[in-house]
This record gives sequence, structure tokens and C-alpha cells, in this order.
Amino acid sequence: MRRRVGPDQQAVPWPLGVPAAVAVLFLLVPLLGLVVRAPWRGLHRIVVESQVVDALRLSLLCASAATLISLVLGVPLAWVLARARLRGIGLLRALVTLPLVLPPVVGGVALLLAFGRVGLVGQYLHGWFGITLPFTTPGVIVAETFVAMPFLVVTVEGAFRAADRGYEEAAATLGASRMTVFRRVTLPLIGPSLVAGSVLCWARALGEFGATITFAGNFPGRTQTVPIAVYLALEQDPEAAIALSLVLLAVSVAVLVGLRDRWFSVGGAP
Amino acid sequence: MTGPEVLDVAGSLDRGTFRLDVALRVEPGEVLGVLGPNGAGKTSLLRAVAGLTRLSSGYISLGGLVLDDAEARTFLPPEDRPVGLVFQSYLLFPHLSVLDNVAFAARSHGVRRGPARTHASEWLERLGLASFADRKPHELSGGQAQRVALARTLAAEPRLLLLDEPLSALDARIRLDVRTELRRHLHQFGGPVLIVTHDALEAMVLADRLLVLEDGRVVQQGTPAEVARRPATQYVASLVGLNLYPGTLARHEATVGDVVTLDAGGAVTVRSQPGGADRVLVAIRPSAVAVHTRRPDHASPRNVWAGTVASLEQLADRVRAQVDGVPPALVDLTPAAVAELGLHPGREVWLSVKATEIDVYPETAAV
Repeated sequence: MRRRVGPDQQAVPWPLGVPAAVAVLFLLVPLLGLVVRAPWRGLHRIVVESQVVDALRLSLLCASAATLISLVLGVPLAWVLARARLRGIGLLRALVTLPLVLPPVVGGVALLLAFGRVGLVGQYLHGWFGITLPFTTPGVIVAETFVAMPFLVVTVEGAFRAADRGYEEAAATLGASRMTVFRRVTLPLIGPSLVAGSVLCWARALGEFGATITFAGNFPGRTQTVPIAVYLALEQDPEAAIALSLVLLAVSVAVLVGLRDRWFSVGGAP
Repeated sequence: MTGPEVLDVAGSLDRGTFRLDVALRVEPGEVLGVLGPNGAGKTSLLRAVAGLTRLSSGYISLGGLVLDDAEARTFLPPEDRPVGLVFQSYLLFPHLSVLDNVAFAARSHGVRRGPARTHASEWLERLGLASFADRKPHELSGGQAQRVALARTLAAEPRLLLLDEPLSALDARIRLDVRTELRRHLHQFGGPVLIVTHDALEAMVLADRLLVLEDGRVVQQGTPAEVARRPATQYVASLVGLNLYPGTLARHEATVGDVVTLDAGGAVTVRSQPGGADRVLVAIRPSAVAVHTRRPDHASPRNVWAGTVASLEQLADRVRAQVDGVPPALVDLTPAAVAELGLHPGREVWLSVKATEIDVYPETAAV
């Protein structure tokens, strides 16, 4: 039996309501603490004098580059995962989305073993092309891409699955080749999910810490991103750490606001 | 082009336990209506011709062009077929304007944006849609969307036109107008046209010839008039509103006429039949059945049977009574007659039909 309650007066049973309220407090109080304890007076001085600007610029640059690479490689991958009728596609999906659940530090170690100077691939990159990735800015981008790309792939793959195949069939009967269908019909149809996936990916890359510090280290101006700067500043200059954290919080809030309309339409075609 | 472009289909396709088995020809300029209940395989047929599904066996050709040949492993993908398909739900691209929807085919063939749009405008003009060019599909009414879908398909300049339930998504109010207009466009199109529908009236009005599909098989082919007069199955009979009884013909002397023993029970006396099959179909128009409250003794005793009124339904200007009996029958009466006879569900009545009003034809002849 279900008790019928009007949509506006849906009563919340206390065994659900109380834990929900605790959860809300738990999530919001730390952020409140950050805002309350922020050195608002000296904020300007800290931002200008410390390495905040350098770290922020590096963070934005690397996160954007990582997102770009994720788009170029991840969207085709998402399409293959959603559409290709290959054996073992389920296993492939599990493998490429592993970084979603893998501890980032482990990812960093794995990247070192693969792209380090004596790594599986790294020795040839270094030996043949003179390319060294670890402890460089490109290394930061590689680490962030490794961690963030699966977010884009998972979001976009869901959209490819949910998109109405009828539109693609209609395009084909109008004479569009498969690439034209993809470019002129499929991609525009999943546009909202593409944006949502990119933003998720970018936000994840921006906050990346574990894999980056493991693979790229901590060189101010070269590999020191904002999260790493925050962690190190906490010991020497707590006020700067709080200021940097505020900057990241502001960026996150901006992302959330920008996504508010699209967040819930992930995977849905208009 | 080599000669007249006839659409020729002879093949089958399997989908799970469902099997579609069909052979048909459509001449240039001819509109073939494929009529059938849901799940009969109508849409599968269209998809196979458009190249969205492969045949399991057999072939599809258009003039000299082989579209699909299962044995020869020839399969032309949909984008390479000169075939236009108007989808049931239209599937206008929601992110493109009406103009760009109609320009889509030209753009896909590498025409630059400008010329493609000019070409599309001409088609919009032709279909009276010029004022909707800048709208998005969600800003169109059902009838407008239907015309845009037709314009988009025609703008691709196909040599064969396919339409899937073209009017089913429309309100009954505007269906008549759109149907009249669609009929005009279909007859202006020079190539073969295949139109799929489960609406008998739509099929009768739009098509030159009908093909009835049931359970993946062709059960009847003919002109709309032939199909309406001599339906081959209960499904077609119910669509065109006829009583249809399969039965077995027994010959008697010419003076008495022949007697058909009906599978549904009872027997009817019919005009003497020329030789042929013993298995026949008996078609009786509902308006040819007379209703009496007492056994009619003045009439010839043949073709009189008792029944009970099961239901009464008001249709436009007449009342259709469903009478349970041996056999059961649909009967059309005027509202005045219903009042005069005092008919109501449960009422016992007598039915009679003149032998001259009964149409008898061999069971297989219509197929």
C-alpha cells in the first residue's frame, strides 16, 4: 500500500531525512570553513606576490590541453565503444575506463614505467626523438589526460548510445557517407553531452594531484599546478594555501553554474 | 538511364522468428500501396529497399541497378542508393533549420552551402513551404513537418520514392488536406512509389495498386476497387467493412442455385457459380443484410437465420449492428429503422440476404 500524498506536500520520513541533512552539512561545512577562514584582507597581496599566478596559468593551460587531447582521441573511442560490434568490446570498455577508479598515484607510477626515460615506450621516445616526458610540462598534460579522459569517454559514450539512430539512418538515405553522418548529424545531436563531458574532463584535469606529482614532480613554473602548490603552501604559508584553494573553489563553482542546465541532460539528445 | 526504371523485389529477410517473404514490381509512375496490420513486415520491406536492412535471400533491383542480391553478395549501402525514404516520424534534423534540412542531401554530395541552399529554396517554394525556411523542426505543425520531410526527400532527387505511414502522425482534422496534396506530389513524381500504411482509406486514395501483407506474406494484390470488393482475408474485409465468410461450395441444379457451407457455421444459397475451386469466400455488404423482428415468411426461405443483437454503434449517418448468430454478421441500418424495430443489445432478430447480393469468389483467386 502506498499512501497518496500531493506532489507539493511529500513528507520525508525521518530515517531518510536525518542522514540526508547530515550529508548536506558534511559536504558544505568544509567549504564554508574555507570561505570563513580566508585571509580576505591580504588576498590581493598573496595572489600577486606568491607563485599563484604562475601555478594558475600552468593549471589552466595543462587542463585545457588535456581536454583537447581527450576530445580528439576520446570522442572517436566513445563512438567505437558505443557502436562497434566487436568481440571483447565490453572488456575494452572496462580497461579504458579503469583510470576512473584507479588511485591517481598508481596512475602516476604506471605512467613513469611506461613513459619514463627507461620505460616501455619512454626509452624509444628519448632514444629516437629526444623526447622526455617526466618532470616536464607536457608530462603534466599526459598525466592529466590519463586521469581525465575516461570522464569524457564515459559521458559521450552514453550519449552515443542514447541518440536516436533514426536520424543517422535518415541522413544515410539522403546520401550522407558515414563520416558525414557522424560530423553533421551525430555530433550536433550529442552536443550537450559533449559539452558536459568536456567540462567534467577539464575540471578533473584541473584538480589532478596524485598522478601529476608522481609523474611530473613539482617544479614551479614548469610542473607545479595549483593543487600541488596548495599542498606545499599549507606547511610554509597557510594563508597562501587558503587563497589558492579559494581560487580553485571559485573555478569549480563557475563550472557548476555553467553546467546547471546541461548536467541533467547528460546522454540525452534534444 | 537504361530503359524504364522498374522496382523489382523478390526476396526474404529473417528477423528472429519473423520472416518476410515478398515479391513485387512497381512500374515508373505507379504508386503501390502496401497495406497490412502492425507487425506484418511493411516497414521491414521499406527498410530493405532503402538499404537499412539486408535481405536474407533474393534480390532488389531498380531498372538495371542491383540494390541487393543476397546470393551474389551484392549490397549497395543506403547512401549509394538513388532511393528516397520519408520516415513515419519524419526524423527532421532538430539542430538544422528547415532550409538546411532540405539542403542536407546536396551538402552530403559535396555541393557548397550557397548552391545547396538555393536548390533547397526551390523545393520549399514548390511545396509551398518558402515561409518556413528559417524555422527549426520543433516550430512546425505536424502537417508542415510532413511536407518538409517530403521536400527533403524529393530534393535528393531519388529515382524511387518510399513512404512509411506518411499521414499516421497527423491529426484527423488535417489528414484530408495533406492526403490530397500528397496524392498530387506522388503522381508528379516520375519514378516508382512504394507507400506503406495500415489505413485502408489512405491506401485506397493514394495508391494505384494495393498489396496486402500479413504475417510477412503477400495475401492479396489488386487495384483498390478489386481489393475493396473482394477481400481475401478477414483483415482486409474488416478494413473495407465487409462480412467475409470462408466456406465450401456444393453445386446444385441451376434453378436452385449453389449452396456454400460456411466454416463459421450455417449455409448460404448463392447464384450458380461457374466451375472452379470448391473453397470459396463469401462477401456480404452490411447494408445488404435485412433485419426482421419475426421470421420473414413472405420472403424466400433461403438465407434467413436467427441471431441476437450484440452491439449497436453509430457511424456517421447509419447504425452498425453486430449480430451474434450462425454465422455472425455486421448489419447497417438507418437510425429510423433501429427505432422502428426497437433494436437493443440482447434483442432476438432474424436476418435475411438476397442471393443476388452475395458475392462469391474462389479463395485463392485474389492472391
